[in-house]
Amino acid sequence: MERYIFYIVAFIMIVFAIASVSSRKMLRSVVYLLFVLMGIAGIFFLIDYNFLAAIQLTVYAGGIIVLMIFSVLLVHHIEMELEVAKISKQLITGLICLAGLGVFLTTIYSHEFTVVENSISTTTTDIGTKMLSYEAGGFILPFEVISVLLLAAMIGAIIIAKGEKLEDGRQETED
Amino acid sequence: MIETIHNWLYSTMPQGVASIVEMILIALAYLGFFAIAGLFLVLMERKVAAWFQLRIGPNRVGFYGSLQTMADALKLLSKELTGTAKADKFLYNLAPYFVIISALMGLAVFPFTKDIQAFDINIGIFFLIAISSIGVIGILLGGWASNNKFALIGAMRSGVQAISYELSIGLSLLTMILITGSLQLSEIVEVQKNGWLIIQGHIPAIIAFMIYMIAGTAETNRAPFDMVEAESELGAGFHTEYSGMKFAYFFLAEFINMFIIAAIATTVFFGAWLSPFGITESIPWLGVFWFLGKTLVLIFLMMWFRWTFPRLRIDQLLTLEWKYLLPINLVNIVIMALIVWLNLTIKF
Repeated sequence: MERYIFYIVAFIMIVFAIASVSSRKMLRSVVYLLFVLMGIAGIFFLIDYNFLAAIQLTVYAGGIIVLMIFSVLLVHHIEMELEVAKISKQLITGLICLAGLGVFLTTIYSHEFTVVENSISTTTTDIGTKMLSYEAGGFILPFEVISVLLLAAMIGAIIIAKGEKLEDGRQETED
Repeated sequence: MIETIHNWLYSTMPQGVASIVEMILIALAYLGFFAIAGLFLVLMERKVAAWFQLRIGPNRVGFYGSLQTMADALKLLSKELTGTAKADKFLYNLAPYFVIISALMGLAVFPFTKDIQAFDINIGIFFLIAISSIGVIGILLGGWASNNKFALIGAMRSGVQAISYELSIGLSLLTMILITGSLQLSEIVEVQKNGWLIIQGHIPAIIAFMIYMIAGTAETNRAPFDMVEAESELGAGFHTEYSGMKFAYFFLAEFINMFIIAAIATTVFFGAWLSPFGITESIPWLGVFWFLGKTLVLIFLMMWFRWTFPRLRIDQLLTLEWKYLLPINLVNIVIMALIVWLNLTIKF
């Protein structure tokens, strides 16, 4: 049964991915993209990797898509439609996409996948201990580096949002 | 009874079909129960509102008005579905389903008794947070697709509110996860056999509970945080253009979300189906009554908020979240971690 569910989810994802790039209404594209991202979460659920599925839902569906919808709400009017690109541009994009797909498929099919007989679901405890372990195979260094990077991004965002101060120390009127 | 249905299904059908049929039956049971429970929550809200305002409230249909909301639902079903001519029809029609489906999905993971739990996933709480973060998309889409300025402003406010307060909900629940050491709801209940978490975690747990209830009220867009549909400024907010059954979906989703917020609080802070001091431990099915009883008390608390506090402005709302709740929450997590580390939790 899982095989059929996988094919259904994959089919939905492909249909919505195509719809997302071909729709001429901006917010509809975002919603189609949301369905694709939910499909990915569905596949994570299917392989019993619940934690990553929930992360996918919170970060991508709940976070990034909401931010995208926000920016669309701010700049886009309901009657506006996106322009259709020139034929030459469409062709070039199509060719590049096909080339990318070819690279993906050759790598996937040239790889020898080993079938795991009895699957185990990954628990948050496993992920947590792996993340903080400093022994061989632990991920403490990337974890810390990413947290420093995020801190830097946050400070950068605050500084950009704060705006510049004028020479005589007054804040800009926009603040 | 559940056991006999289960056995009957597996004896008459092949295994794959039987499991699918079983899933559908469970889903239908939940759907039916919570659609009707949602209606009675609406009735409870109206009765509580009447009580706080020294009125009588609905009292004509059925015994003391008990069937009033049923009649309202039937009326909404039969009403015409209106829409605006220049709306984005696809998104306009999609939005209510987003809201109601994400609300209903959350219900699956609650442990009503030791045995009644549809989906005991190992990330329980986190799954609930993930699901609740999707519901807001429905509100944003509905507000934008209506092509109505009030609806758009309402939707934007809702988005800002949901994104900010999700943080507080997540962090206050994380404070409690420090004691349980597991995200799985059944294990969280298991830990509470030595005393409910609000007693085990004493001071930081009570602070976390207060923050959770404030953030939960904001997350469900209820007064005093109902800028989303502030009648005096925005008409009906994001659902101005919806009528009939689609409006009913938004309305029902709001009440189911309220139930979910209260049910999470029951599970995490007040021991879910465990009875106080284990007085009914020998009768396991009574757990349902304890769970629903505790949840209803918390729902009553949220209704009490609504009729007690005046509505905040949007800037006051964001100040409350980012300048007060979030820093308190972060300090609270550190205190809780210290308490768990030094074994200062109270256990019976």
